[in-house]
Amino acid sequence: MAELVSEREAKILRIIETARAKRPKFRDAHITMSHGAGGKATTSLIEGLFVPAFASPALDAMADAGALSVDGVDLALTTDSFVVKPLRFPGGSIGELAVNGTVNDLAMAGARPLALTLSLVLEEGLAADTLREEVAAIAATAGEAGVQIVAGDTKVVERGHADGMYICTTGLGRRDPRAVLGPDLLRPGDRILLSGTIGEHGTAIMLARGELGLEADIESDTHSLWPAVDGLLDAAGPGLRCLRDATRGGVASVLNELARASGVAMVVREAAVPVQPAVAGAAEILGIDPMYVANEGKFVAFVAPEHAERALAALREVPGGEQAAEIGEVKTDPPAMVLVETAFGGRRVMDQLVGDPLPRIC
Amino acid sequence: MKFIDEFRDAELGRALAVEILATVEPGRHYKIMEVCGGHTHAIYKYGVDDLLPPNVELVHGPGCPVCVIPMGRVDDGISLAHQPGVIFTCFGDMLRVPGSSQTLLDAKAQGADVRVVYSPLDALRIAKQHPERQVVFFAIGFETTAPSTALTLRRAKAENVQNFSVICSHVTIVPPLRALLESPDLRLDGFIGPGHVATVIGLAPFQFMPDEYGKPVAISGFEPLDLLQSMLMVLRQIADGRAEVENQYARVVPAQGNPRALEVMDEVFAVRPEFEWRGLGFIPESALALSDDYAEWDAELRFAVPGVRVADPQACQCGEVLKGAIKPWECKVFGTACTPERPIGACMVSPEGACAAYYNYGRFAREREVV
Repeated sequence: MAELVSEREAKILRIIETARAKRPKFRDAHITMSHGAGGKATTSLIEGLFVPAFASPALDAMADAGALSVDGVDLALTTDSFVVKPLRFPGGSIGELAVNGTVNDLAMAGARPLALTLSLVLEEGLAADTLREEVAAIAATAGEAGVQIVAGDTKVVERGHADGMYICTTGLGRRDPRAVLGPDLLRPGDRILLSGTIGEHGTAIMLARGELGLEADIESDTHSLWPAVDGLLDAAGPGLRCLRDATRGGVASVLNELARASGVAMVVREAAVPVQPAVAGAAEILGIDPMYVANEGKFVAFVAPEHAERALAALREVPGGEQAAEIGEVKTDPPAMVLVETAFGGRRVMDQLVGDPLPRIC
Repeated sequence: MKFIDEFRDAELGRALAVEILATVEPGRHYKIMEVCGGHTHAIYKYGVDDLLPPNVELVHGPGCPVCVIPMGRVDDGISLAHQPGVIFTCFGDMLRVPGSSQTLLDAKAQGADVRVVYSPLDALRIAKQHPERQVVFFAIGFETTAPSTALTLRRAKAENVQNFSVICSHVTIVPPLRALLESPDLRLDGFIGPGHVATVIGLAPFQFMPDEYGKPVAISGFEPLDLLQSMLMVLRQIADGRAEVENQYARVVPAQGNPRALEVMDEVFAVRPEFEWRGLGFIPESALALSDDYAEWDAELRFAVPGVRVADPQACQCGEVLKGAIKPWECKVFGTACTPERPIGACMVSPEGACAAYYNYGRFAREREVV
């Protein structure tokens, strides 16, 4: 029933599409909070400054972990810093995030996590009991994830220069021979699976800060994703094309990243995306879209259509994955774009996040 | 979600679309303006216009509070934020609105203490927590948000919070609507009226639109079904040759508005003789300043603000977009020089802005076959 697009409008839309697909330039005069938000500004920093400066094949792949081969052994290496505020929140703490975040980056590269290093930046005056609690949390989480902490470092900075503590972990994993993954493998017709309900981590942090006067029973979803990936590799094997955990910027941002990296289109059915009622309610009140809210234990998986059913069943067997769902499909056109079929029956573009809804969530 | 999902029912939406199709004359073109930025956002977000017949055109109106703040006013805010000792508080949308040389987000990166609040009461709380600092709240918005600013100021006065002040940029909806209706280059057939503003001011202030200009109005809610039903109400008025103010949003909007909100606004605010609107120019009696009783809490009086009028960037056609004279994509810089990451005009900044809504939620997707 829609009117046709005029020639001029079509031209403008083509210009926008081209601009969206281009490698962004980093042109800002200062670092603002947007550069850490996982959206467009972050992309401009990574693709406009870091990747060109450090040009390496592993980095060019823009995966969650860099792929290396040493004497015939396929490894994955990744690193991550954690600056979450508050340090403890419903469902987890900075220590748990520091282990799971890095372990999950390895898992997304199809690598079984083996070992972590742990760097702590502590603020003068930090309560020793807080540190003890986090060390215990790190040890317990590493145990659950089956990784050893093999090296570490400690720095202390003056009061006011770090908010309690910052943690940096580096993770080494062994790439699983069953896993051949990458955005370049996406094919039209591939199904987009989501490993469970979205938006819990970001919402839990937001509410834990107590600035909004909202209360709800929402817990962070931080946990290791390797068991789910392991199950997926068994179920879908070579039909598994690509994995990405939906951390900062949420599902919308990772889908956009992958659409841009691979040049395909994606269509997501909004109604199929699982969201806990409490999260949906909080998002509604705050005027945010759960698709852009951070997760710490959810990922999207792209699977060849003939393997989709088994892959979904495998995801649902993993504890916490009961609500895993097929949320959409890979298409060819419009290239590098993510579209949403709204529950209301309309259709729209789901773009990368702009701006910063919530700093320091991980 | 209960009480939400009911208003997003796709099947009912299609039923309304069928009724709309049956109401319009096939050969006639209809231009309907949704006044409120919240409506614009919802229309794009849910793809409501996908359900309309091609001869019903929606024109996005001036009701985005962020979009209508002129650049000079943003500069005033940024200048206050840079003053030593000031904690500058504002709604999140304001952070990225371009002033003449930078945004509040840039000011923050340079060391200004800029904090996002969800309510002016949060700003007052920050003031009470930091008695040694000056806390300024950048108050923006139509009659929707003005009462909460007024209540906050009433509390600040009652508790004698001396280190709190407000840079008041509240605007009122009726004057720009009248200016639009007087505008010769605008031909509109009807209006989707702003539901949240009407919750406060009631229905009577909109009566001049049918009475003096013969235009049908339906005050609308913000869910997709609300919008479709309001469009149907306006189109039926046109078909029947009626022009009235109808209240689609009766579950929220009482005909008389909210007398208590109006009372506190009356106490705290005074109407400015004139106010500059981005793209629309100066409109008489279209904005609110603090009344004499509240002058003590007026940041414009407490601090030296530049108060310099800054012309809108030449290439920017926010004014025409706000008037509905052109579509976002018809602007010379849309999507090229002006994007959500680097907005030139305010319409590209706020998610309620017509340009950002169009850019983010697009509309080409539905006309193009997805393969």
